[in-house]
Amino acid sequence: MAQKQVNATRMELTRLKRKLVTAKRGHKLLKDKRDELMRQFLNLVRENMALREKVEKGIKAANQNFVLAGASMSAEAVQVAFMAPKQEVQLETGTRNVMSVDIPVFTYKTRTSDANDIYSYGLAFTSSDLDDAVKSLSDILPDMLKLAESEKSCQLMAAEIEKTRRRVNALEHVMIPNMQASIKYITMKLDENERSTQIRLMKVKDMMLEEAHHYEEKAEEKFRKDLEEQGVS
Amino acid sequence: MYKIAVMGDRDSIYGFATLGLDTYPFTDPQEAGRKLRELADGNYAVIYITESLAAKLTNEIDRYRSQMMPAIILIPGVSGNTGMGISAVKKSVEQAVGSDILFGKSE
Repeated sequence: MAQKQVNATRMELTRLKRKLVTAKRGHKLLKDKRDELMRQFLNLVRENMALREKVEKGIKAANQNFVLAGASMSAEAVQVAFMAPKQEVQLETGTRNVMSVDIPVFTYKTRTSDANDIYSYGLAFTSSDLDDAVKSLSDILPDMLKLAESEKSCQLMAAEIEKTRRRVNALEHVMIPNMQASIKYITMKLDENERSTQIRLMKVKDMMLEEAHHYEEKAEEKFRKDLEEQGVS
Repeated sequence: MYKIAVMGDRDSIYGFATLGLDTYPFTDPQEAGRKLRELADGNYAVIYITESLAAKLTNEIDRYRSQMMPAIILIPGVSGNTGMGISAVKKSVEQAVGSDILFGKSE
């Protein structure tokens, strides 16, 4: 049955039919979109996972080096060493459109191109562990940026997939069945109306013919005559 | 032109300063939350947060999940890896697919 009250009119029927066609096409397109998004998302998430493992391992190693450095130097000396960083990272952001989802693209620039500028301290008063630590951190920085890029993309795409999936499901399980039910209801109602009109017309025709030719009276007379003839013989 | 910030406890993040990232050492989650909001509204495209600090700031971080900027990325701190970063990735997968289809077997 139709979910809500619909007007059983021909106009409503054409409107609903047109709407159903649109809904079906939309459903197909959204489903395709969802499938493609899902495919890309899974690729991205695998990449994200690999990067994350790599970065976490890298940071762990760097932290170990920092702890070692901290052990052989006083805390003040470490603090002084990092007081005035020479290097500066600047980030240029762009967007890439993947299946209507804008995902970020980061390109980074360092203020000075010299790779040795990460050592912001004199080498005389610091331990070599500190150099190792800084070096290991700087080595994973590109990967960290890539991780940021892919992780953000994953989050954005996940949100988009969820939205698309809801839309697909709403169309598939609610909108389209409802419309089909309404269409069926209207067609049945219209058919029923047509049949009842037909019957009414036939009945009226019968009545008019009766009035014109008096079939019934004639039939009765003929019947009586037949009876009389049978009674006589 | 955007910048990169690192937040967390001092010991975990001071090294990033030499690479040219801006470091914001915090241990108090309330203060850190306030700073995070300030950074997110400001000129920062990527904010790295240590897992231990992020654990106390999940509400603040979730707010920026669906936004393009900034990307808030969890990194392990000096105290070790808590697995929160990985679980954030799993959360994305769960949101998209409905269930964890990639990493379910690894644990």
